[in-house]
Amino acid sequence: MNLHEYQAKEILRRFGVAIPPGEVATTPAQAEALAVKFGTAVMVKAQVHAGGRGKAGGVKFCKTPADAKEKATAILGMKIKGLTVEKVLVTVAADIGSEAYVGIIVDRASKKPVFMVSAAGGIDIEEVAAKTPEKIKYHPVDVRYGLQTYEAMQLGFFLYSDVKLARAAAKVMQQLYAAFIATGCSLAEINPLVVTPQGEILAVDGKMVVDDNELDRRPDIEALRDESSEEQSEVDARKHSLTFIKLEGNVGCVVNGAGLAMATMDLVKYYGGEPANFLDIGGSSNPEKVVNALRIITEDPNVKAILFNIFGGITRTDDVANGIVTATKANPLKVPLVIRLTGTNEELAMKILTENGFSASSDMDEAVRHVVAIVKGEKAA
Amino acid sequence: MSIFIDKNTKLLVQGITGRDGSFHTKQMIEYGTQVVAGVTPGKGGQKFEGIVPIFNTVEDAVKASGANTSVIYVPPPFAADAIMEAAAAGVQLIVCITEGVPVLDMTKVYPFVKERGVRLLGPNCPGLISPGQSKVGIIPGRICAEGNVGVVSRSGTLTYEIVYQLTRAGIGQTSCVGIGGDPINGTNFIDCLMAFEKDPHTKAVAMMGEIGGTDEQEAAKFIKENMTKPVVGFIAGQTAPPGRRMGHAGAIISGSAGTAAEKIEAFEAAGMGVAKRPIDFVDLIKARLK
Repeated sequence: MNLHEYQAKEILRRFGVAIPPGEVATTPAQAEALAVKFGTAVMVKAQVHAGGRGKAGGVKFCKTPADAKEKATAILGMKIKGLTVEKVLVTVAADIGSEAYVGIIVDRASKKPVFMVSAAGGIDIEEVAAKTPEKIKYHPVDVRYGLQTYEAMQLGFFLYSDVKLARAAAKVMQQLYAAFIATGCSLAEINPLVVTPQGEILAVDGKMVVDDNELDRRPDIEALRDESSEEQSEVDARKHSLTFIKLEGNVGCVVNGAGLAMATMDLVKYYGGEPANFLDIGGSSNPEKVVNALRIITEDPNVKAILFNIFGGITRTDDVANGIVTATKANPLKVPLVIRLTGTNEELAMKILTENGFSASSDMDEAVRHVVAIVKGEKAA
Repeated sequence: MSIFIDKNTKLLVQGITGRDGSFHTKQMIEYGTQVVAGVTPGKGGQKFEGIVPIFNTVEDAVKASGANTSVIYVPPPFAADAIMEAAAAGVQLIVCITEGVPVLDMTKVYPFVKERGVRLLGPNCPGLISPGQSKVGIIPGRICAEGNVGVVSRSGTLTYEIVYQLTRAGIGQTSCVGIGGDPINGTNFIDCLMAFEKDPHTKAVAMMGEIGGTDEQEAAKFIKENMTKPVVGFIAGQTAPPGRRMGHAGAIISGSAGTAAEKIEAFEAAGMGVAKRPIDFVDLIKARLK
């Protein structure tokens, strides 16, 4: 789960990181009032879960409260990478002397949280890594001991030769690490970490991504979820324990298991179709899940046909068949349905489907070719 | 022959009385796995299905039963502790089926098991099966057949799909191993490939990867430099959008890294057979067994 910049900053502040004062506004008038309250030049920053906010015009410097109001008017409601801006962060504009990057990710290769620090801050770290990899220092941390002071100092001195600044940066590293662990992050970064002309260290932008597997044991973090910033069908699916990701194509896919779901989408594409979604109904075979899955997929007007691909291991295919029958009786489908199922209780499932006027295949390749032919108009449903 | 488990595997089940644990324990016993003990705190002294003795702790279970392998079906908040308990009690192989283990827990667990020289498979994996000998986990036994192809995969149902197609085409397996879909797991592709290379009965390997991370790219390099046996690979997630977690916690393209295209390229560079569709495994493996 992604946190907004203002949420990440609130957490970092609690761990002692120095951050310019800032508050959230949802209207231009609120933005103006905040600028008056701060009594200085401010930044108005779009709060959406998308990178490249600055390039998209979602981050503006404002000299006066009137300016803040005007810029907030432009930013609120604007779309950045398909997401509508509902909130802006109004924050005191910092004097910037130099900009550094400090981040932590859970690294799959070393199986540890790894610090990445670079004096080349303020820009996309991937770009720095690609063009000038020597400008980044990587440092893995053994979570059983945490980030020791000497390690933090090594990182501090990599950024600044001045011992005072190195010490201050080392402190930020330890605060960031503590916040990272306490929040259950898979990524946390400060970019840029600014040194002001007065020699003060400030975190001017912050980003945190929380491991979804942490949310059950961290209700305070789960409460920060902003559903308005997500695709509504995905919010709906999550509430029904389905993993759903909306895509741009027209073949709706209902599959059990993530790997098979991806392979099914790929096969749709291989035969010239475009998947409308990723959907994993999971290992249990509660017919209710099938009902919800069909409802969510058919709400997408792009969907021209639906493909079921079920490999029954733990999932009983007769449960899925019953789910299909129940769902389509309650809400008759307006688009053709192609069903593939095999495995546990396959004969029973086929019988249930046939008795209710459906046909089904036991072959994945055949079913995918069939559904693609339907959406391309090469074959009747 | 097989890798990691065989007919001598003595299994203990952590979480044997839970919903998933009890269901799959019955399936494993039915398949012929030697299930020698179960663990559920507070139920020590009881017997599962009147046969398998239950203990309060893994330590007690290992001492009494001589179990050398453990399979874990406990809920996510307790999984990391269960893995460490098994490693501390001295089992040699731990298979963690549990999905949803926080990745920071795994950063603690991984060095713990490594320092004790224990093999961990998973978490978030379907386990493994050596057809005709033993199964540990949840892979349906009836889709497998004895034979000479090794199977290793990051996925569950996709593995079943491909194993089923191989079996239907008359191609049996030495062992099928699901390494799991999480970003940090105990056993990776290279560990399994190395074991298949050493296993005299394995003549070819089918490998199913997916988007996210660099495990497949490193495996491809290993295959090119160290393997004499042919390997056929497949990557799921060619149509996955970047930045989205595709069900599996580890199946995510981060920035521009971990795409299907770069993995397939690595396979091709290693001279491996590349299955474009799941069904292609059948012909590609057949050709390499000749």
